[in-house]
Amino acid sequence: MDFTKPTIEYADVWPLLVVFGVACAGVVVEAFVPRAHRFVVQTWLAIVGVVVALVGTVLVARDLDVLGDGTARGAIDVEGTIAVDGPTLFFWGMLLVFGLGGALLFAERRLEGGVSAFAGQAAALPGTEAERQASTRGLEQTEVYPLMMFALGGMMLFPAANDLLTLFVALEVLSLPLYLLSGLARRRRLLSQEAALKYFMLGAFSSGFFLYGAALVYGFSGSMGFSEINEAVRNDVGNQTMLLIGIGMLAVGLLFKVGAVPFHAWTPDVYQGAPTAVTAFMAAGTKIAAFGAMLRLFYVAFGSDRWSWQPMLWIIAILTMLVGGLIAIVQTDMKRMLAYSSVAHTGFLLTGVLGVQQASELADGEVTSLQAVLFYLVTYGFAVVGAFAVVTLVRDAGGEAAQFVRWRGLGRRSPVVAGVFAFFLLSMAGIPLTAGFVGKWAVFTVALAAGAWPVVVAAVLCSIIAVFFYVRVILLMFFEDHDVTTHGEVASVTKPSALTSATIFVGAAATLVLGVVPGPVLDLAANAGQFVR
Amino acid sequence: MNDLPWLTVLWVLPLVGALVTAFVPKAPGSALPKQVGLLFSVLTLAVGIAIAAQYDTGGGMQLTETHTWIEAFGVHYALGVDGLGLLLILMTVALVPLVLVASWNEADDRSPAAFVAWALALESFALAVFAATDVFLFYVVFEATLIPAYFLIGRFGRAGRGYAALKFLMYQLGGGLVLLGSVIGLYVVSADAGSPSYLLSDLQQLDLSTSAERWLFAGFMIAFAVKAPLFPLHTWLADTTEKATPGTSVLLVCVLDKIGTFGMLRFCLGLFPEASQWATPVVVTLALVSIVYGALVAIGQDDILRLIGLTSLSHFGFITLGIFAFSSQGGSGSILYMVNHGVGTAALFLIAGYLIRRKGTSLISQIAGVESKAPVLAGLFLVAGLSTLGLPGLSQFVSEILVLISAFDYHWWAGAIAVTGIVLAAIYVLWLYQRTMTGPTAPGDEAMTDLNRRELVAVVPLMLALVFFGFYPMPMLDVSNPTVDSLLQHVGVSDEAPTVADHAEEGAH
Repeated sequence: MDFTKPTIEYADVWPLLVVFGVACAGVVVEAFVPRAHRFVVQTWLAIVGVVVALVGTVLVARDLDVLGDGTARGAIDVEGTIAVDGPTLFFWGMLLVFGLGGALLFAERRLEGGVSAFAGQAAALPGTEAERQASTRGLEQTEVYPLMMFALGGMMLFPAANDLLTLFVALEVLSLPLYLLSGLARRRRLLSQEAALKYFMLGAFSSGFFLYGAALVYGFSGSMGFSEINEAVRNDVGNQTMLLIGIGMLAVGLLFKVGAVPFHAWTPDVYQGAPTAVTAFMAAGTKIAAFGAMLRLFYVAFGSDRWSWQPMLWIIAILTMLVGGLIAIVQTDMKRMLAYSSVAHTGFLLTGVLGVQQASELADGEVTSLQAVLFYLVTYGFAVVGAFAVVTLVRDAGGEAAQFVRWRGLGRRSPVVAGVFAFFLLSMAGIPLTAGFVGKWAVFTVALAAGAWPVVVAAVLCSIIAVFFYVRVILLMFFEDHDVTTHGEVASVTKPSALTSATIFVGAAATLVLGVVPGPVLDLAANAGQFVR
Repeated sequence: MNDLPWLTVLWVLPLVGALVTAFVPKAPGSALPKQVGLLFSVLTLAVGIAIAAQYDTGGGMQLTETHTWIEAFGVHYALGVDGLGLLLILMTVALVPLVLVASWNEADDRSPAAFVAWALALESFALAVFAATDVFLFYVVFEATLIPAYFLIGRFGRAGRGYAALKFLMYQLGGGLVLLGSVIGLYVVSADAGSPSYLLSDLQQLDLSTSAERWLFAGFMIAFAVKAPLFPLHTWLADTTEKATPGTSVLLVCVLDKIGTFGMLRFCLGLFPEASQWATPVVVTLALVSIVYGALVAIGQDDILRLIGLTSLSHFGFITLGIFAFSSQGGSGSILYMVNHGVGTAALFLIAGYLIRRKGTSLISQIAGVESKAPVLAGLFLVAGLSTLGLPGLSQFVSEILVLISAFDYHWWAGAIAVTGIVLAAIYVLWLYQRTMTGPTAPGDEAMTDLNRRELVAVVPLMLALVFFGFYPMPMLDVSNPTVDSLLQHVGVSDEAPTVADHAEEGAH
């Protein structure tokens, strides 16, 4: 059997390779650079790597080939496994921007008094002498940077993958480092390790579903490639039952990653237990990457079979919004509340996903579902990274103080930080003049245009529920006084270094600008065009 | 001079004022932020007057500005005023400086700068609402008004204000999100018809299917019924006015709630004329229930601010009744009613606020005999109260009689029920006056002082307006009538010719 060297279009995929390269270089740095210099080297490596990849994404986007009738731009590269098209590059851009935010939060050292927020010695059992020693010696590890870069690379590969195997590999590449990162919190080690274990167990389980689904779809279509699967679906060859079960199982794997009900159970525990910097990075990045993969899989591979998956998404979207919103009401911990709110946002995003229509059904210049989902992801990413960055600032003697009672009256003591947090919450609630409103408008519109009015009605009701739990936090911060005797110790805002401040500032500025002049980003999302088939 | 975008200046000016007020350097106890805020509100008033001076009665939409805002959504930054918008804009710009003067020391124990800044922000967004001629822009500023309102209620006022603020916001945002559903629906309909656009003038050309029109109408109407408020969506009103400061209540009830009735005229009738007529029986019934129920519940209150809040429920019932009676008297009457109610209720709230500040309580049962100690306060309160109950010679009478005419014109029973609202109004106003102002002075009131100059400055202009427009409402009618006529023409209704008994025929009998 002849072995032919695969052709790799380096000119198209090099931003991806930069990220993976930096991740590998980070491992080498861990091995060879003296401990004293590692922090600086790793931080710079990660930040420069992300920035170079971001510039690369823009450069690649500038000279994409226009295909066919001009609705899609890009090419399918690397022997049909990676599609570098408009949407992919939009996803890459988003992921790299939020990856940069994540890297900046990872590098924050002022909040913990000169060390990072990650465990000094992750292998030490909580509560043992070894852990105490690691803590008193001020040990600090820097493997988190290569781990983050690997996760980022996996996230970038996920929405670009154009066959089921690449999709699965990307899923694992993005997940495994995140499982580890979740367990690395410096404080509350047990909670963090529990989070990592839960995430890993459930994640591995869902990967199993995904792989089984991939096998069944392969059995139906005889190919792993999305375009071949699409052909098979269109020609309706083979066993329809196998296809349906396959779609369902693939959906389980993806819906787990985005945290849709009934696969959302990991979200609150992991969001709460993971170091908050990781939570911020993961909340934005995983959601973007997984929605990218879901859009490509459903629109490209199963696009001709819309009627068999749209009803399923209807039900899941409604359930996700409802359960996420209702359970968020009873939370008393900021990180858990944000976790359930992220579940509700998954539901809103699914509302956009199920709003897909044929190009012929759309009026000239009408918002497409892809455009709507892309825009929503941008707005949500900025708000969620910013909100979690603010959570890292509110601390008491025991580290971050995420319980609601600690936040009482924060608006009096630190009006600026509380005001910015309130602004992020208002954006998530979808109040006009914030980015979240435009995003919400866009996804509701495409769903309604596609005739999914029951979902839109449910979404409007769930928005009302969502407003309640966001506004209640604002009430807590601004209108209620803190009484030390009844509510215990008071949390205060620790002054962060420029890294965290910059992340929060950019998040708030983007949320405001996208709320007032969303036009440019909406146009950019429209210009991304359709997926290359 | 005419190139100046007057309406943009009108709403941007108070917003700039809010920011300047919030960030002006201040020593504790300094009056500088309040002075800056007052200056900006007076400047806004001047701009409002300049706009009124250029307004050409009967010239349709004027001072229009149209720029593309979000092309992908067909959204324009489009402003314009007609008679309806102009009157409400003038009312708003006139009320805000008075509220700031009246509440001068109200927020001194908290943060006076914040109070003034939020009030100016509220004014800014409310003015943008009254000037918006693009549905999306309207929706954005409609919702944006809630944020300053939320902070005004939640930060300043009496114990329990946090809960009141939450209730207020939940009701308003709930209504707002229902409206969002309809706004999105408009986009879908407009996109199906060709190219998506949110301009009011484009949407009026749309040919809606009957069921789509009814659904969209329902979304708009529910939101406006929460805002206005109408029975049974009114329960936030009394809680809010009870807990908020009187100044905040003026901004909420006299300015912000007008958006509800303004929206009914501009959007429900303007965009969905057939559906509006289809829904008339239900809306008129709810309006009548609001009139009677609001007045009955007001009679039973022991809290002055709650009482005044509930009287507004009754008044908003009148306004809605006038709008949905579909006649030129009803339309003009309800527009006039919006302005007169704004002036009269503002006076009531502010004077009640003075009284509460002196007594330290808002419970009617603990206040008595104010007349002898503070005759000016009592007298002005009586005038404002008499205006509320529609005494001829005061401005509310004119609008009330117009609405009643239209109600009788609609159906005799509608008019008959609405008239009971006036009788009940006499009870709640006069009984309130009798219990609080007359009788022997309550112990501990010996040191009570009458209104000082600042307090008088804030309410005397309102009194003058009540009397002036009571005797001479023509300026307002001249502005509102062309708008109502063109609106009714759009709806496709013309006034029925009065049936005069034919004497010749009678003679033949």
